Amino acid sequence: MSTRTEVAIVAVAESDLGKTPGKNAAQLQAQAARRALVEAGLTLADVDGVFAHTEGIYPSLLMTEYLGVKTRYTDSTSAGGLSNLMHVVHAIAAIQSGLCEVALITYGSTQASDASRRLGGIPEDPRSPRSQFVTPYGQMTPLGYYAMAAHRHMYQYGTTSEQMAEVAVAARKWAQLNPKAYRREPLTVDEVLASPMIAEPLHVRDCCLVTDGGGAVILTSLERARSLRQKPVRVIGAAESQSHHFTPLGVKDWLDTGVSSTARAAMQMAGVTHDDLDVVQIYDHFTSGVIQALEDLGFCKRGEGGSFVTGGRIAPGGSLALNTSGGGLSYGHPGMFGIFLIIEAVRQLRGECGQRQVRDAKVSLCQGASLVFSAQTTLILGRD
Amino acid sequence: MSDRPLPMPTDDTKVYWESAKAGKLVIQQCSSCGARQFYPRPFCIVCLAEPMDWIEASGIGTIYTYTVNHRPANEFMKDKTPYVVAAIDLDEGVRMIANVVDASPGDVKCGARVRVKFEKASDEITLPQFTLA
Repeated sequence: MSTRTEVAIVAVAESDLGKTPGKNAAQLQAQAARRALVEAGLTLADVDGVFAHTEGIYPSLLMTEYLGVKTRYTDSTSAGGLSNLMHVVHAIAAIQSGLCEVALITYGSTQASDASRRLGGIPEDPRSPRSQFVTPYGQMTPLGYYAMAAHRHMYQYGTTSEQMAEVAVAARKWAQLNPKAYRREPLTVDEVLASPMIAEPLHVRDCCLVTDGGGAVILTSLERARSLRQKPVRVIGAAESQSHHFTPLGVKDWLDTGVSSTARAAMQMAGVTHDDLDVVQIYDHFTSGVIQALEDLGFCKRGEGGSFVTGGRIAPGGSLALNTSGGGLSYGHPGMFGIFLIIEAVRQLRGECGQRQVRDAKVSLCQGASLVFSAQTTLILGRD
Repeated sequence: MSDRPLPMPTDDTKVYWESAKAGKLVIQQCSSCGARQFYPRPFCIVCLAEPMDWIEASGIGTIYTYTVNHRPANEFMKDKTPYVVAAIDLDEGVRMIANVVDASPGDVKCGARVRVKFEKASDEITLPQFTLA
């Protein structure tokens, strides 16, 4: 990136979180967008690129209308929970090529108030590949595939349910340090294992929460960022990969999620090694997925993720500061979590995280995943 | 049975579903490069040749991995819990999703051998399912 315009994140904000009855997804996104603009010292007139993702269609145009902005670049890339991370990559490209100057990225969902999370996934055309070859068998989407991958991980490497539960317990300990987290009461490994089984081997407490909420992230050139109100956070590395939709039958090794290639590429672009990563945000839809991602990110060898997470290594005070907001497992999960990975990483790098602040955090990695290990995005953020 | 989500075959999957109705499990094999693929598509996604040939599979395979659902994915599955959903690698080299039926979920393991069994789901649709071999 050194020869091109450098791009920075200049503002991050959440909407109201938890349960937000009486609001819709557009309102939550607009609320977060307003908070982010005010934080940066920008106005709606400055925004010329809108990137948005919700469960509805054409969300970036909805946000353009709702906020009354005139854009010259828009992007509704929809690839599941990591979509907002992809928007960051696309916003960088748009800014670098002069297609827009100030990019507003939003997400919002009222999934909890709507009680709209369906274990079978969003219904689709009965002629689609998934409807023909998966749905008749009562597979839960995405949960069923992560449960299957977890079983395979246990079979190949001896990973245990107790080790997976450690991920949920660590997330809860971080959440206890975050006043905005949805679930903050103590949680033990035994309580995770005693929580109702959903799809073996995953219990309720192995799964992300269902909440409402939204977020916004604003990017612009580093040069302009330096004239705004917040300390800029540079995007110093980024990489994406995609391989399938909801029917991963062409993927032979379900434990090879594509994370290793995006992580390698993004870290190479950023010129950083694992030792440089002060704080890490991994999309924690399911505890087992975090173990897999840690392996593929190279924090430990394949098969060693279970033992890696035991003994409090990823909890507050451990050697790896992971999912410091409490993550999708305990902070909140309004349908898609990608934007919240970015928000927490930026706040850590700006030193705003109070009790859960990682001391002198300079570099953060965000790892997004989506659907059924279908797409991956790695971002590396660094302090200016 | 009416609320069971069932496939609506298309012209590229019709042979698969009609064969299942006749008690045969068929998969596609490329007439040009020999690649096999599942699910069916109108051409070979390795070499782009069309049309694809259909071969009858042995119906024997291995459980790559599985889950046991304790909550139903839909209304129809409500009285079926706990039920097994498995990713099955056919000996012919393709992977498919099906239930492992007629087995106690506790007996299902990764690596277990399975054999196809056909389940009539409606007048039009028969689903390939698997039992422990």
